[in-house]
Amino acid sequence: MNIYEQQSKNKKLTWIMLFVFIIFFIAIGAGFDYFYLGYTKTKYVNDTITTQKEFVPFATISSLIISIILIITSFSNGIKMIVSATGARPANFEDLKEKQFVNVVEEMSIAAGIPKPACYIVPDNDLNAFATGFSPDKSYVFITQGLLEQLNREELQAVIAHEISHIRFYDIRLMTVTAILMNAIAMISDMMARSLRRNSYSSSSSSRNRNSGGGILFLIWIILVILAPIISRMLAMAISRQREYLADAGAAELTRNPKALISALEKIRKSVQPTKNIKESVAHMCITDPRGSLIEEKSGFIADLFATHPPMEKRILALKVMAYEQSKAKA
Amino acid sequence: MTIIAIIVAVLIFWVIFSFNKLVSLRNQVKNAFTQIDIQLKRRHDLIPNLINSVKGAMKFEQETLTKVMEARAKAINAFQQGNIKEGFQNENIITQALGKLFALKEAYPELKSNQQVSQLMEELTGTENKITFARQFYNDITTKYNTQIELFPTNLIASMLGFKAFDLFELPKESAERETPKVDLTIS
Repeated sequence: MNIYEQQSKNKKLTWIMLFVFIIFFIAIGAGFDYFYLGYTKTKYVNDTITTQKEFVPFATISSLIISIILIITSFSNGIKMIVSATGARPANFEDLKEKQFVNVVEEMSIAAGIPKPACYIVPDNDLNAFATGFSPDKSYVFITQGLLEQLNREELQAVIAHEISHIRFYDIRLMTVTAILMNAIAMISDMMARSLRRNSYSSSSSSRNRNSGGGILFLIWIILVILAPIISRMLAMAISRQREYLADAGAAELTRNPKALISALEKIRKSVQPTKNIKESVAHMCITDPRGSLIEEKSGFIADLFATHPPMEKRILALKVMAYEQSKAKA
Repeated sequence: MTIIAIIVAVLIFWVIFSFNKLVSLRNQVKNAFTQIDIQLKRRHDLIPNLINSVKGAMKFEQETLTKVMEARAKAINAFQQGNIKEGFQNENIITQALGKLFALKEAYPELKSNQQVSQLMEELTGTENKITFARQFYNDITTKYNTQIELFPTNLIASMLGFKAFDLFELPKESAERETPKVDLTIS
């Protein structure tokens, strides 16, 4: 698969994600309408009382509006939100190390043939890095202070090449959209769950309504509301893990030096402390899981479902294969 | 009649599409070449500063230093006269001599601790890398363009409308440039 196929695959995947999540929003909202807000109106027709359901999809509409507002604000303010959440600052050109970082970013963007991303430093002693943005025309690379201090130039170059590959493959757009939708789903299902609890305590009329709504459908809907955040997280993680391998391969392609990325990953792996300044919402964008959890090192079914990144072992092994083939080609 | 019209329309669209694709690829190639040019100029500007600041300390490397300066002068001259090939030959000489200087830096502790020299060295290392990567990108994109204008049926349009293949950069034999690793993006 070449880079253009990668890009178009990612763009398609972004649309599919959007579509799946919109279905999610509608399903959750519509269920709430159906089971709770289906207004009953009492009418007097020819002296007999008939109750009539009047359908106003209030919850569906409001959950869609909330998600649209969230998407719009995230796109316009997303980068400011990330900067303030991580406490990052733009790289300082006067400092030798930071100037080196900026130079390396420029080198790798030349190698990839994309405009130079903006460079930010996260004041944290752990070793980590991530890229974000909506397209290669306007993108951002973040690295931690610890990474800047502990990696040599070649290793830094390899890590940056990994991040630049996320940018040129359009992973950043896919991951940004996924992160926003994940947050929106979590928020909406939380709101639904809350009003569910309130409703069942306060009014008895609504619970009567609920009973008329059909037991199995209701059960399915409740499960959906509870599981939606978990399902969407698993979806995001699955996509993220696959992108990591591809970005590693893309980094080797740009630097023609898989060995530098191997030694960088080994250094990153040894620092097991969590990256405190990087919040969970950007975890799947980082080069390694900022939670510093040991789940990354396990490769079982559960680990596979919830890890943002593939096990370091496997990533390093894949890179070693590349380095071996390279040395074979040289000989 | 309708069938002929449809065929003609499809043909016209195909010609337009291929032409536009070739033009955008050719622009990318030209752009990539400009990038190399920018970085080479940047290096030409940086070299005299570096040489002046290390001249005093690197007493035993005078020969290498003069070699760099001479090659720089020759390269600038060759480019001005439009002699691209000779220009790039001299650029390769500069690259090798600078590589040697950077490696020798470790042997001069007073250079290592000098802030200004460190900054210049970092700038030049960055520029060196940018030149290498700009060439790498140029070669990648030019290979793509050259393949495109040779492939059937695009080659018909290319030859009709005068799209010509561009030369690739050949790396000097003794240079330490790295081989392309075999990258398989389908690994998972």
